Amino acid sequence: MAALIPEIAYEETQGGVPQVEGDPQRRRRPRLRYWRGIVLFFAGAYFLIPLYAGLRFSFENDAGQFSLYAVKAIPSQTGFSAAFFLSLRLAAVTTVLTMVLMVPTATYVHLKLPKMRRVLDFVTILPIVIPPIVLILGVLDAAPLWLRASPYLLSLVYVILALPFVYRSLDAGLSAIDLKTLVEASRSLGGKWVGTLWHVILPNLRAAMLSAIVLTIALVLGEFTMASLDLWTTLPVWIYQFSQLDAHIATAVSMLSLLGTWLLLTVIVSVDRSQSRRTRRRTGAL
Amino acid sequence: MASDATVNEAVAFGPATSVSRAGGASLPKQARLKGLLRGVRPTLAMAPFVIYTFLGLGIPTLAVIELAFRSEAGKLTLSNLHTVTQGTYRLGFENSILLATITAIVPGILGLILAYAIQTGRSGMLRRLVATASGVLANFGGINLTFIFIATLGSTGALTVWLNYIRLNPWHFGFNLYSFWGVAIVYCYFQIPLMVLVITPALGGLRPSWREAAENLGASSFSYWRTVGVPVLLPSVLGGMLLLFGSGFAAYATADTLTAGTVTLAPIQIGEVLNGNVISGEENIGYAIGFGMLIVLSITMILYGLVRRRASRWLH
Amino acid sequence: MTTTQNSSPIVDSFLQDLPVAGAQVELDRLVRVFGQTRALDGFSLTIERGEFVALLGPSGCGKTTALRVLAGFERLDSGRVVVNGQDLARISAQNRDMGMVFQSYSLFPNMSALNNVAYGLRMRKQRARQRRKKAGELLELVGLADQASKYPHQMSGGQQQRVALARALAIEPRVLLLDEPLSALDAKVRAELRDQIRSLQQRLAITTVFVTHDQEEALSMADRVCVMKAGRIEQTATPATLYSRPATAFVAEFVGVSSRVPVERSGDDVLVFGQRCPVREGAETTPRDSIDALLRPEDLAIEVNRDGKGFVTHRSFLGATTRLVVQVGEIPVRVDIRSETAAEIELGNHVNLRVISRDVLVAPRIGNDLSATS
Repeated sequence: MAALIPEIAYEETQGGVPQVEGDPQRRRRPRLRYWRGIVLFFAGAYFLIPLYAGLRFSFENDAGQFSLYAVKAIPSQTGFSAAFFLSLRLAAVTTVLTMVLMVPTATYVHLKLPKMRRVLDFVTILPIVIPPIVLILGVLDAAPLWLRASPYLLSLVYVILALPFVYRSLDAGLSAIDLKTLVEASRSLGGKWVGTLWHVILPNLRAAMLSAIVLTIALVLGEFTMASLDLWTTLPVWIYQFSQLDAHIATAVSMLSLLGTWLLLTVIVSVDRSQSRRTRRRTGAL
Repeated sequence: MASDATVNEAVAFGPATSVSRAGGASLPKQARLKGLLRGVRPTLAMAPFVIYTFLGLGIPTLAVIELAFRSEAGKLTLSNLHTVTQGTYRLGFENSILLATITAIVPGILGLILAYAIQTGRSGMLRRLVATASGVLANFGGINLTFIFIATLGSTGALTVWLNYIRLNPWHFGFNLYSFWGVAIVYCYFQIPLMVLVITPALGGLRPSWREAAENLGASSFSYWRTVGVPVLLPSVLGGMLLLFGSGFAAYATADTLTAGTVTLAPIQIGEVLNGNVISGEENIGYAIGFGMLIVLSITMILYGLVRRRASRWLH
Repeated sequence: MTTTQNSSPIVDSFLQDLPVAGAQVELDRLVRVFGQTRALDGFSLTIERGEFVALLGPSGCGKTTALRVLAGFERLDSGRVVVNGQDLARISAQNRDMGMVFQSYSLFPNMSALNNVAYGLRMRKQRARQRRKKAGELLELVGLADQASKYPHQMSGGQQQRVALARALAIEPRVLLLDEPLSALDAKVRAELRDQIRSLQQRLAITTVFVTHDQEEALSMADRVCVMKAGRIEQTATPATLYSRPATAFVAEFVGVSSRVPVERSGDDVLVFGQRCPVREGAETTPRDSIDALLRPEDLAIEVNRDGKGFVTHRSFLGATTRLVVQVGEIPVRVDIRSETAAEIELGNHVNLRVISRDVLVAPRIGNDLSATS
């Protein structure tokens, strides 16, 4: 459930200029030189062992032997397809909604209303103060009955959860391209607002939008709290429920979803880094 | 502000005709209408976002706050709050705060050490790898964490079995993964990367020239850290820990799925209420718990804001 | 706002009490290799007590490395650093008793200006009252007594560097090291600080090593300038000598302005624009035929002539003088003349050039690259 916090951390990462602590070549006491290795070893162990254990468990049967039965059986389990595709649908709807809402808003604010940026920053911090567990409490009460009967209520709320990530991503992307100048250039050459948006702004925002989309998908596919309390069987909810029946299969699905998330996030982190490198070069921060 | 926007509009989007700021009866009606529309445009543009946020975030929150003060019958009352500060609910808050504090301080320090080890290492590749990994790990969804840890430290988990071979099976010493302390250990898995993520830029902001200047002026390594390094880093470290506190306090999924709701934590108790496992007549307790959580988290974030301002003054 | 000379009674008595700080520094055949690059390749330099030496050169020439080796922040692969006869090989940076001013952002952000300046004294375990007094005097010395309680983020770049200077001087170092301290400042502040640093240094008579890539800075401040390239010394000399008698083509082109003109040998002399000129002594030995002459703008005179071989393409008014660029064949040549005379010459005029210096510096011809250096 740390999903929302990192977007603040994300912001901190964007702001700082990493510096290598020189190449001091100081004569260090030999004893101290190994401390780094020890720290890294234990850190590596703590983080890698559970992953290994999860993988191993996914490839084992009840007798403790290596077996692919769990992985092979996934698609045929009751409720799996339904849950999986529900999650995908929710992810799609959430993503579209979020992008349609945030791209114009972020662009507009960046261009015309710099004062609103502070307000926007604050608003996107709110989901940390109002965690999903509390939010779902209020949503379940305030939402009209017809909405509560639909799983897409979750999508609507997921948009709120995704706001911080998406806004930060887009904001970083917008900052990197000196939006104002581009737009003025486009306008001075005779372009209209829509054309400018389509031909000038969006292409330059591609990387940021990709980040935002991927983060949103990862968020939705992994979200458990609200879905379980809203009583919809999304993928994470299904996994948990199914674990009572067959822990191996549940774990296997969980590992797969983990792998998927990891792949997605690796993509965006490397996209981010190349973009922030561009920002730094442009603003001469180095 | 509308007039500022109007002027900006004219510059960026409108044709070269200027829009009068002082208005003027001398302007033809058409132009005045256009001016009005332009003035309204920023409000229109922000409307979708504002409305959505209000509906999706504002209203539910207000609902929680309001219902915290209402009894089942709908009357305004403080009894919910009263109940929530006693007995098992009070325990829930205490445990949650304790859990959040522990998983803020310990992973905070560990994360700081890890981040420092990586930052001062000479391998750029390691640094990039860890940055990616931290970004990923800090985002780990709750239930996935539960499963991999059950596979690791459950009573028949892989690590448990290994430790059993060397007679160090934690379960034999009273350890229970499905308890408060189990949850704490599992939380470290995303708390430590979170701290690494937050503190790394601050470490990067520690300019090498400070260290060299200190050395040049006769400071030993210890003196440098004592007089410059730690004071400068402290606001960021505190800020990171506050973030970790918020993260650990509000987390639900991992604790719920790991302990099947048996550990007394505030978020879990809300879950129980929503699932109907609550004394009848006390259904609105959930809202009161939520309200309490909102207060704790608001205080946390206010402190965070204060601390961060100090940090940014010195490190940028 | 800023004062270049601060001569209050406090300052004067403070200066009187200071011991003569200058140490003799000897850098002997320093070699420092980073991976594939030889940052220092046999660098040797002796600096006398109280001397102000500038290390001048383009980026990557090794000047900063040399300074950092002296300070103790870089290891040496071979060579010695000797200060007042003592080899510093085993002495760490903390104990070298040198004051260093870094390029920027070196003030401790969590301390006021006063505490920054007092830091070195605090490390030497001086009592608080004594430290504060001394720090206060030093801040007054650099003209920032009123900023004592300000924090670095509240001060301008120029103010920060002055505090950094005061901080370095507080420990009464035997050697003062400055690593491009003015590079991050804007032009006006740079000029003011330049004077301040130089006059302070002269009053305190501290041995000073100043690293810069700005030749104007080096020439105007230093007693001697050491021009470096690729880890080696090109020439070490007084600014005047460096300017008028550059030992190599690199120095001639790095220091001051010169135009490169291909010439032919004529016996022991060379033919420049058809005029026979002696070759300057001590110039690089060159192959017989392919040589260029390196001509400074003030080495030439100009004469308007309809049949002239060159024509004027640019003019820049520089105040007392005007710089003309004369295109001779394919080569632009820069010529300085007095502004009154320049009034008679217009763009496009055909002119003849005449060498009026005693001799000319020559260098091996560089391929087809015959452009004038700026």
